[in-house]
Amino acid sequence: MLEREKILEVKGLQTTFFTDDGEVPAVDNVDFHIREGEVLGIVGESGCGKSVTSLSIMGLVPSPPGKITNGEILFEDQDLTKLPEKKMREIRGNDIAMIFQEPMTSLNPLFTIGNQLQEAVKIHKKDWSKKQIYNRAVEMMRLVGLPRPEGLMKEHPHQLSGGMRQRVMIAMALLCDPKVLIADEPTTALDVTIQAQILKLIKNLNKELNTAVLLITHDLGVVAETCERVVVMYAGKVVEEGPVDAIFKDPQHPYTRGLLESVPDMRFKKERLYSIPGNVPKPGSIKTGCRFAPRCEFAFDRCVEETPPLYQTTEEHQTRCFLFDPKEAEKHDRTIVKS
Amino acid sequence: MTEQLLKVEGLKKYFPIKSGIFGRVSNHVKAVDDISFSVKEGETLGIVGESGCGKSTTGRMLMRLLEPTEGKVTFDGQELTSLSNNEMRKARRDIQMVFQDPYASLNPRHTIEKILMEPLNVHNIGDPKERKQKVHEFLEIVGLSSYHAKRYPHQFSGGQRQRIGIARALMTNPKLIIADEPVSALDVSIQAQVLNLMQDLQKELKLTYIFIAHDLGVVRHISDRVGVMYLGNMAEMADTEDLYEKPLHPYTQALLTAVPVPDPAFEREEVEIQGDVPSPANPPSGCRFHTRCPFKMDICETTIPIFAEVEKGHSVACHLYEESRPQ
Repeated sequence: MLEREKILEVKGLQTTFFTDDGEVPAVDNVDFHIREGEVLGIVGESGCGKSVTSLSIMGLVPSPPGKITNGEILFEDQDLTKLPEKKMREIRGNDIAMIFQEPMTSLNPLFTIGNQLQEAVKIHKKDWSKKQIYNRAVEMMRLVGLPRPEGLMKEHPHQLSGGMRQRVMIAMALLCDPKVLIADEPTTALDVTIQAQILKLIKNLNKELNTAVLLITHDLGVVAETCERVVVMYAGKVVEEGPVDAIFKDPQHPYTRGLLESVPDMRFKKERLYSIPGNVPKPGSIKTGCRFAPRCEFAFDRCVEETPPLYQTTEEHQTRCFLFDPKEAEKHDRTIVKS
Repeated sequence: MTEQLLKVEGLKKYFPIKSGIFGRVSNHVKAVDDISFSVKEGETLGIVGESGCGKSTTGRMLMRLLEPTEGKVTFDGQELTSLSNNEMRKARRDIQMVFQDPYASLNPRHTIEKILMEPLNVHNIGDPKERKQKVHEFLEIVGLSSYHAKRYPHQFSGGQRQRIGIARALMTNPKLIIADEPVSALDVSIQAQVLNLMQDLQKELKLTYIFIAHDLGVVRHISDRVGVMYLGNMAEMADTEDLYEKPLHPYTQALLTAVPVPDPAFEREEVEIQGDVPSPANPPSGCRFHTRCPFKMDICETTIPIFAEVEKGHSVACHLYEESRPQ
């Protein structure tokens, strides 16, 4: 495959929440990039920082208490973290758009679908005529597969089903031809049959419009189905990154492996599920060492004392685990023990 | 193993829709419309379906937390639907429930000890000392420690709370546990812990489960038999292997292919179904799935298919299999 340009690059991002209990780094030194026209997935369990990462990119971290304390988010030679709000508003919804988990709460119940769709265009395309704006909204609704778009323009969100609302959200996000689409758990609130429709739609749009997609999810099935590359996050840090085939065929970080082992597979019956012991640590509770060490069955002294760096294991695959330090590799057995 | 523990016949639940200032009943939401099934002792029956299919309503009706509009539920030789409220309360000693949201189902003002003691108080089991001992014993059984008894629900994580919910259900030594989406609020790694715990408990305490969930992978993992519900009807019911390997009903087929599989190399056959689930207030005539069914025939619009056995242990409600049915 042709090497595509990086369109968005996150470097050393640190987003901290200043709470009564002290500073909580929800996202801690995160690096990744999205290439043009690519679908990148970020997976992790609740509290791993995946949503805060996406909000940081959009400049939507609630402040106070949250603040980007370090790092850069590079988009078209600009650092989004340093842009004034007015400039950011031109990019948000125009060049980078976002869809959220709950389509009901993201739409205003008092305005018609048409009203809300056209408002989004009006803000960014000031020189367009009313007719142009209307046509654009109808065109987008047709593109995302909504039936009878003209009629729907006059309806209110409560008249639509969950799947249709999510299609409206996607149409809204795509109105201004964004270069990057961030989808934060876009199908979590939907039923499986509707989820399949929406995922197919996102994949098709990605191909047709060449929009890069950043898909944030907790569902490994969704990742396997839609993404080209995957970033696995745990407790605010990237623990593994690589092409989707490599992550699923050769997962390297003990957390990724545990996660994959613990998903019940629909295709066959596992006798007993592997389960990662313990709970996800509270953000900020582990200061030194690998954050996964307390739950890791391979952990040794060094894991608790030092924070592991990301080791490049193949050209595209990186893992934050000392087991992949060439010096340690011989000393430790990496086979997973099923209890 | 072959003993039938629970038998459900013609169960219905209609919720009235009231309109106008006098609250006249204008229509009904047919949440559950005529379903029948049975559960054998010691097995796990999974019930799957999308939101609004009536799976949770069914679970609640079995315990009579919701009064059925019609139908008969027989548990262990006793007809639950004809019991008085008082007798029903006693019968609930043998049927317990685990709820979905471990945050909402535990009283935040009570200590864990008080929460777990409550079922014992209600059913008058043991003296205070024995009750306390039992609380500690069950905390250990579900993988917590007895010192947790003095704490409050907010001090626990989601997975731990679900363990407490399970412990509470076990306090009265029930025979049947109805678990309504017990793991869907949990993260994958915690979900696996709770599923393993439930399986261990089943073996140890000889429990029978009715496991209601929307996640087909989870249901396959835990169930011996599975029933698929659609819009208040039972569409198909079979042994787990049978149902997943050889689904008969077009809805089951579509549902199974719609689940994303955690393997990028996996290529699915597509049986995509169009559109959304119709409203249960105004369900389609005939077969309720006909509006979305890729194999729709004329008869599907007019006649309701009967839910009956096509092969041994494999029942389906679909006109496609009318002929293969033993007469």
